[in-house]
Amino acid sequence: MKIVSLNDLQQIKKKAESLLALREASDKEAQEQTCGLASGTPRIQVLTCGGTGCKASSSHIIAENFRKLLQRYGISDKIDVITTGCFGFCEKGPIVKIIPDNTFYTQVSPDDVEEIVSKHIISGNKVERLLYVDPKDGQHVSDSKHMDFYRKQMRIALRNCGTIDPENIEEYIARDGYMALADCLLSKTPMEVISIVKQSGLRGRGGGGFPTGLKWEFTHKQESDTKYVVCNADEGDPGAFMDRSIMEGDPHSIVEAMTVCGYATGASKGLVYIRAEYPLAIQRLRTAIKQARDYGLLGDRIFGTDFSFDIEIRYGAGAFVCGEETALIHSMEGKRGEPTLKPPFPAESGYLGKPTNVNNVETFANIPIILTKGPEWFASIGTEKSKGTKVFALAGKINNVGLIEVPMGTTLREVIYDIGGGIKNGKKFKAVQTGGPSGGCLTEKHLDTPIDFDNLLAAGSMMGSGGMIVMDEDDCMVSVARFYLDFTVEESCGKCTPCRIGNKRLLELLNKITEGKATEKDLEALSTLGRVIKDTALCGLGQTSPNPVLSTLDNFHEEYVEHVRDHKCRAKQCKALLTYSINPDLCIGCHLCFKHCPANAIAGDIRKPHSINPDLCIKCGMCMARCKFKAISVC
Amino acid sequence: MADNLLCNIIEQVQTICDKHGNNPGELINILHEAQHLMGYLPEDMQRAIARKLGIPVSKVYGVVSFYTFFTMTPKGRHPISVCMGTACYVRGAEKLLEEFKRQLGIEVGETTPDGKFSLDCLRCVGACGLAPVVMIGEKVYGRLQPIDVKKILDDFE
Repeated sequence: MKIVSLNDLQQIKKKAESLLALREASDKEAQEQTCGLASGTPRIQVLTCGGTGCKASSSHIIAENFRKLLQRYGISDKIDVITTGCFGFCEKGPIVKIIPDNTFYTQVSPDDVEEIVSKHIISGNKVERLLYVDPKDGQHVSDSKHMDFYRKQMRIALRNCGTIDPENIEEYIARDGYMALADCLLSKTPMEVISIVKQSGLRGRGGGGFPTGLKWEFTHKQESDTKYVVCNADEGDPGAFMDRSIMEGDPHSIVEAMTVCGYATGASKGLVYIRAEYPLAIQRLRTAIKQARDYGLLGDRIFGTDFSFDIEIRYGAGAFVCGEETALIHSMEGKRGEPTLKPPFPAESGYLGKPTNVNNVETFANIPIILTKGPEWFASIGTEKSKGTKVFALAGKINNVGLIEVPMGTTLREVIYDIGGGIKNGKKFKAVQTGGPSGGCLTEKHLDTPIDFDNLLAAGSMMGSGGMIVMDEDDCMVSVARFYLDFTVEESCGKCTPCRIGNKRLLELLNKITEGKATEKDLEALSTLGRVIKDTALCGLGQTSPNPVLSTLDNFHEEYVEHVRDHKCRAKQCKALLTYSINPDLCIGCHLCFKHCPANAIAGDIRKPHSINPDLCIKCGMCMARCKFKAISVC
Repeated sequence: MADNLLCNIIEQVQTICDKHGNNPGELINILHEAQHLMGYLPEDMQRAIARKLGIPVSKVYGVVSFYTFFTMTPKGRHPISVCMGTACYVRGAEKLLEEFKRQLGIEVGETTPDGKFSLDCLRCVGACGLAPVVMIGEKVYGRLQPIDVKKILDDFE
């Protein structure tokens, strides 16, 4: 049906609320009793994660198995199987949640479905082996509310991810969806909307942290017959997946926010620039746009007003630099994604030369809730200059890999040790990298720094889009810097000399260091060149590309010196500096390493200790991985 | 490539261009659809697009070579993509990639002479919980170690 008034929207909300009531209630109160049809639970909902991470582990087959089995048992009318967006706890995926008792099953395989149906859904007994085990005390935790991973989180941008069915607009409406849009169009002027966004203190979540309200105002003030609203969904930071998860789990929030932005800035057309590598997010977004059109929430005369707005999807083609506004706009115009100097800003001359407002996915996801709950509420969360929350993709050498959202001002220690569950395999924490290829590495001494835009910048890193990669003692910081620079060199568009040639020279210097061929003079050159690139490159990519090098050079200077002076890599990552050897006292001569050595570098007779010829050894580590007697060591 | 096959493909490319109103601003969308036809963008295809849109072929090539998603080499029957996102990197993706290179005897961006496998890197599949991750065709392999590579490759045909 077409929604033409607030009343229409409220009616749909009322109707759909019952769908969500069960989930919302179980999310608020602790449920002691396990639900089961046998004990009289009238309705049960099975939520399966439909995010990319869980889908990679066959979560779609899990959902299918549920539907088939429920049919076979003849109980499909009492049980809803709902595919939601990402729950966030990717380490333990695929995840299945049973409502109303809020049981959180982890690492479920398609074969486990039968047991969950017969034991839990029918008989009311939990399948204990699939419950989360708290690493602190070894106890089973069945309700996600009681897990450390969720306890310190505050989900605002991710409010609907893992709760609603992203392909059902009515579930979004039941959660106050499109209420903000209705309110803006029917009772607020564009300037009033902008002033609310300004008051909230929301800053751009794509990396720069520019105040969103101010950006909207710039575009609003431009006189033009055509203006555009662009959603930057070209999430290029390797290891960051928050934007993808929001689009997969709550696409309507983006559609609603872009429409609100269109109203506020005076644009009638929205464009989503999304990575072609995100097929699922594209599909969900397309479905959402279509549904919004069918319901009259996109298109002509929305809510019966004079305001018309529509959204189109544009595909990126894999270029990190296209995250930069001006490069993104060129790419949307079908050209090479090369940035241009600002000014003119996109707000003055953007897509096809028209005023264009570009915001990132997570920024948009915050807009509807700011408008429904009020700017004061949003501004009460976070630190003085960074309001609200931030979503991070927590990954690397950490126990709880996943997508988390915390209030600004939370410390790194809380994120890594409380939410993240500490370092994997009991290893020692070494560094955490934030901001991706534009950010830097923070160390032990930064663990108690409250995370916000300004503090991270002051510590030599940056917020970036929210990738947070944890590293342990086995990671070589020189190699990590080289890894990022390798990325930047590959992604540099080549337009300005400092980035095109400067970064290449930086990479050569780093290669020299990891190969043990560098001198202490090279370390000086590294630092000088890095600073020159920072000062002279044309766009954000070039200006920030030396950050991973400069921050590791500052924080792990000793490690660089060791590579250069002692030809030693303490993390045992830099191949050229390693020597593999066999301990004759432990080697029993089983010949296994001999068989698997790809370089024929191992010699020795059966049942006699073997040895490695260092001239032939390619340091692949295959022998060490194969040896069952721990006879092979590396130093 | 057989001539009639090429003619057929070129015709399809022209239809794609028409669908997008032969608008040079739609070049990237056109290339996405065109690449779908054969899995890569041979030179002849780029010439046909340039002619249709009325722009120099250098412009088309400029765009094709700029974006990593576009390729001018045919992929193998089982395209292998090793995730080189940071999360996978710190969990050992580089060693995994080395092992794939060694087992297949090809470099990144190449295809085995029998056309069975091709090897590429990609930046973040988004399954960081399963790091390090490798995609072969549509299937995602997670938590891999170099030692697993040979067995996985042997499982194909």
